[in-house]
Amino acid sequence: MVWAVFAVLTALAALSVLVPLARAGRSRGVAEDAATAPDAAIYADQLAELERDVARGAVSGREAEAARAEIGRRLIRASQRHEPAAPPRRWRLIVAAGLAIVGLPLLAVSLYGGFGAPTLPDLPLASRQSEPMDGQNLEALLARVESHLAQNPDDGQGWAVLAPVYLRAGRYSDAAAAFSNAIRTNGATADLEAGLGEALTGDAGGVVTADARAAFERARTLDPNAIRPRFFLALALGQDGRTADAEAAWRAIIDSASGKEPWLPVARTQLATLTGSTEPPPAAAPAAPAAGAPGPDAAEVEAASEMTPEERAAMIGNMVEGLSARLAREGGTVDDWLRLVRSYVVLGRTDEARTALAAAKAAHPDAADVQRLDTTAAGLGLTE
Amino acid sequence: MMITEIGHYALVLALGLAFIQSVLPVWGAKTGDGRLMAVAEPVALATLGLVALSFAALTVAYVRSDFSLVNVFENSHSAKPMIFKISGVWGNHEGSMLLWVLILVLFSALVAIFGGRLPQTLRATVLSVQGWVTAAFLLFILMTSNPFNRMIPAPFEGQDLNPILQDIGLAIHPPLLYVGYVGVSIAFSFAIAALIEGRIDAAWARWVRPWTLAAWIFLTLGIAMGSYWAYYELGWGGWWFWDPVENASFMPWLAATALLHSAIVMEKRDALKIWTVLLAILAFSLSLLGTFLVRSGVLTSVHAFATDPTRGVFILAILVIFVGGSLALYAWRAPMLKPGGIFAPVSREGALVLNNVFLSAACATVFVGTLYPLALESVTGEKISVGAPFFNLTFVPLMIPALIAIPFGPLLAWKRADLAGVAERLAAAALAALAATAVTLWLSGATGILAALAVGLAFWLIVGSLTEPVQRAARGGGGVGPFLRRFFGLPRAAFGTALGHLGMGLTVLGIAGASGYDHERITSVVPGERIEIAGYDLTFEGSTPRQGPNFREEVARFAVTRDGLAIAEMAPTKRFYPARQMPTTEAAILTRGFSQLYVSLGDPGADGRTVVRAQFKPMVTLIWLGCVMMALGGCLSLADRRLRVGAPRPARRAEAVA
Repeated sequence: MVWAVFAVLTALAALSVLVPLARAGRSRGVAEDAATAPDAAIYADQLAELERDVARGAVSGREAEAARAEIGRRLIRASQRHEPAAPPRRWRLIVAAGLAIVGLPLLAVSLYGGFGAPTLPDLPLASRQSEPMDGQNLEALLARVESHLAQNPDDGQGWAVLAPVYLRAGRYSDAAAAFSNAIRTNGATADLEAGLGEALTGDAGGVVTADARAAFERARTLDPNAIRPRFFLALALGQDGRTADAEAAWRAIIDSASGKEPWLPVARTQLATLTGSTEPPPAAAPAAPAAGAPGPDAAEVEAASEMTPEERAAMIGNMVEGLSARLAREGGTVDDWLRLVRSYVVLGRTDEARTALAAAKAAHPDAADVQRLDTTAAGLGLTE
Repeated sequence: MMITEIGHYALVLALGLAFIQSVLPVWGAKTGDGRLMAVAEPVALATLGLVALSFAALTVAYVRSDFSLVNVFENSHSAKPMIFKISGVWGNHEGSMLLWVLILVLFSALVAIFGGRLPQTLRATVLSVQGWVTAAFLLFILMTSNPFNRMIPAPFEGQDLNPILQDIGLAIHPPLLYVGYVGVSIAFSFAIAALIEGRIDAAWARWVRPWTLAAWIFLTLGIAMGSYWAYYELGWGGWWFWDPVENASFMPWLAATALLHSAIVMEKRDALKIWTVLLAILAFSLSLLGTFLVRSGVLTSVHAFATDPTRGVFILAILVIFVGGSLALYAWRAPMLKPGGIFAPVSREGALVLNNVFLSAACATVFVGTLYPLALESVTGEKISVGAPFFNLTFVPLMIPALIAIPFGPLLAWKRADLAGVAERLAAAALAALAATAVTLWLSGATGILAALAVGLAFWLIVGSLTEPVQRAARGGGGVGPFLRRFFGLPRAAFGTALGHLGMGLTVLGIAGASGYDHERITSVVPGERIEIAGYDLTFEGSTPRQGPNFREEVARFAVTRDGLAIAEMAPTKRFYPARQMPTTEAAILTRGFSQLYVSLGDPGADGRTVVRAQFKPMVTLIWLGCVMMALGGCLSLADRRLRVGAPRPARRAEAVA
C-alpha cells in the first residue's frame, strides 16, 4: 500500500520535470529574448508611473524632467546588450528527461531504502493505549500508572503499588521517589519505609547511606519484628566497620529464624565473613533482596556485574563449591539441594549435577521430596 | 496508516528534485536553452509540496504522540498541552532544520510564482542557486539529523521538551527568525545569479529590495521576540545578554540592514551595485554562520563539538562551500559589473555608504566578540568570556555616530547635497535632544550623565526622523488643512523611512531608561512582609502549590500598592517539570505606562523564607515597541508598490541640473 503512495509521489515529482520540458519543447524551445524585454517593460512601467505622479501633482515638472532623463539613460544602457538565443539541442532534453525518469526514482528509492522503515506503521499513543494488555508488557502498564499518577499525584495507594515495581526493575531513584510519595500521602508503614531504604541503598550502588539507614530505623520502630530493616541495618553496621555490633546483629537475626527462611543462608554468609570464617558464601544465584527474600546484598551483585566473565565464573564456581561442602557436612533443605543441582547445570557440570541429585535424594528420602527433586531435575533437562 | 513513512519518503524525493533544480535551470540559462530553464518553476513548486508533506507528517506524529519516532520520544510528552506539542516540532534540532528547509523552499516557490516579470535566465539561475542551498540542507537533514528515524519497541512516554522552551514565545520566535534568515537567501541567490550572469538588470534591483525588506522585517520581529522571551522566561530581567546565540541572529540583522539601505540606492540610483552584491553574500553567510553556531553544538562546548563532530563538520562544510564559493565568485566576477551612477561624497548615496561602513564595522565587532572566544578555546583550550564590557567598548561607540547620522540621511538630496542646509533643518531635533537631556538630568538629580545623553540621542532620532515628512508637507504653506492633506498624501515609503528611524529612537530610549534608571531589590520575605521599590509596595501574601498539565508549581502572591492604593496582584511562580526533573522560574510582570515592575522568585531560603528579586524598569517596553515600529515602517515601505526612480533633486542653483 505504502509503496503505491511512494510510486504516485515519485511519478508526480518526475512529471514536474517532464511536463515543462515537453511543453517548452512544443514551443520550439527558443528562449525569450532574455536580455532586454523585461528590462524595457520595467522602464516603461516607470515612465507611466512618473506620468501619473506628474498628473497628481506629486512630482514637479523639473523633477519629472530629471527622472525621465534618468530612465531614458538606463533604457539605452539596457538595450545595448543582446544575447542571441542558442539553438536547442536534442541531447540536453534526453539528459534532462533521463534525470527525471531514471535518476530521481533511483536516488529516492536507494536513499529511502537506507534510512526508512517502509513496513512500520504509525504508532500514535492513543491507539496503543486502547489495545488490550496481555500482562506481558510491563512498560505499557507502568506508563499507564505513571500517567494516572501524574494527574493524581496524591494517590498514595498508586504510589505504593508502583514503588516495588520500580524497585524490582532496578529503577532505584524512581522507586525512592515513589516510596517517598506513598509515605507522604498514606503515612509511614514499616514496609514502605523499608522499601524506601532499599531503594536508596540500590541507588547508592549497595551502600546503606545515612538516609537509607534513617528509613530502615523508622521501619524498625514501626515493626520491630520485620526482617528487612534488621537485615539492612546489620549490613550497614558491617559496612561502617563496626564488626562486633554487626556480628551481634547477624546472630540475633539468625537466632530469630525458624530455619526455613530463604534469607537465612545469606545471613549466615555475612556472619561468616565477619567472623573471619573461611566458609564461603553458600548462595549461587544472587537476587536483589526484595519482598522479604534477601539474597546477597546489592554491593556483591554490583561487584559481580563489574567483573569480567572469567572472574564471574570463578566467583560463582567458588560459591558452588562452598555450598556443596556445606551440604555434605551439615545437610540442608530440599531447596538448598535443588540450588546446588541448578548451579551445576547452569555451569554445564552435568555429572556433578547428577551426583548432587542422588545425594539430595539420599538426604531426603521422603516420597514427596523425591518426587519434587525429580520433577525439577527433569525440568532442567537432567536425565538419570 | 503510514503517514510518517510517507513524510520520510517525500523528504528523500525532495532531495532528488533539489538536485535537478540545482542543475537543469542554470545549465539552460548558460546555454540559452529555454526548455531546461522552464523546468525551474514547476520543480520549485513540487519541492515545496514534498517538503510541506514531510513537515505535516512530522507534525502529525507530534500531535498523536507517536513515540516510535526517536525525535518525538526525545522532545515530546503525552501530557504536554497541544500548542506545545505543535511548537515542539521545531523546538529541537531536527525539526527546526526541517522548518528551515520548509521556509527555504517556500521562498523558492514564491520566486517561481511571482517571478514572471524577471528575465528568464535570471529567474532560472536564481532558482538553481536556491536549489543548491536546498539540496545541501536536505542532505544535512537526511545524513545527520533525520527527524524520521524510528525505534522499535516504541516507548510509551516521551522525555518532554525542555521546560524553558514550553512557552508561547518559542511557538513564534524561531519561525519568525527563520523566515528572516532564509529570506536573506533570496538576496543571496540574486547576488550569485548576478555574478554568474555578469550583469545586473533593472529587474534585479526591483526584486532584491522588497525581498530583503521582507526578510529584514521578520528578522527584526524575530530578534525582538527572542529578546522579550529571554526577558520574561529566564527570570533575570535582562533583555540582551550578548550571548553567542543572540549575536548569531544579530549579525545577519546588521548585514541585512546595510543591505536594505544599499538596495534602495540600487533601485533608485543604479549605484552601489558592488556593495549590494557583497552585502547580500555577507548577510546570507552570517545567516549560515548563525545556523552553524546554534546547531553544531559548538557553543555548548568546543569539546562536545570535538567528540561528536558529525553535524558540526557537515554544517561547517556547507558554510565553507557557500561562503568561500560565493566570495571567490565575487572576487572573480564583481569587477565585471558595470558601476552605476556617480555621486558626490555629501549626498544621499554618500550617507548610505557611510551607513554601510558603520553597520559592517559594527557587525565585524560582534563577529570578533562571538568567535574569538571559540577560536581561542579550540586552539589553546583557554576559556574566556567576552560579555557586555567588550561590546560596550566596541559596538556601542561605533553605533553612536551612525545613530547621530540617521536623521541627516533622508534629508540629503540624491547625487549631491547641501550639508549646512540640512543641518539647519534639523535645528528642532537638536533642540529637542538638548531639552530631553537637560530634563532627564534634572529629574534624576544629575546622576548618570551617559544615560541622560542617551535619552537626548533618542529624542534626536525621534524628532529628527519626523522632520523630513513634516517639512515636506509644510512646503507650499496654506494652513493646517492643506498641510494635513499633503502630509497624508506623502508616499508610504516616506512614512516607512520615518517610522523605521523613529522605532530606532524608541528602542534607544527604552535601552537608556531600562539600563540607566532601573531599580532592583533582592530580598527574602515571609507572608505579610513588604518590599518597597521605586514607589511601589509589594506585600507578600503567601504561596500555594498548583498542578499544571505536565508540571507542578508554587505560586507566590504579592499585593501591589502605590501611595496606599491597591493596583494589582502579582503572582510569580517556580515550576517543576517531573519528566525532565527541571525547575523553571516564571516571572510576574506588571506594565505601568511604558515601564514595568518585574518580580521573580529565587531558590527557597534555608529558613523557609521566599527569596524575591524585584525590579523596576522604566521605559523598558519601548525597546520592543521600537522594534515593532521599525518592522511597521518596513511593512509600509513594502506596501508602497510604486516603481522607484531617484532622480537628483533639481538644486536651487540652476547650474547643478545634470
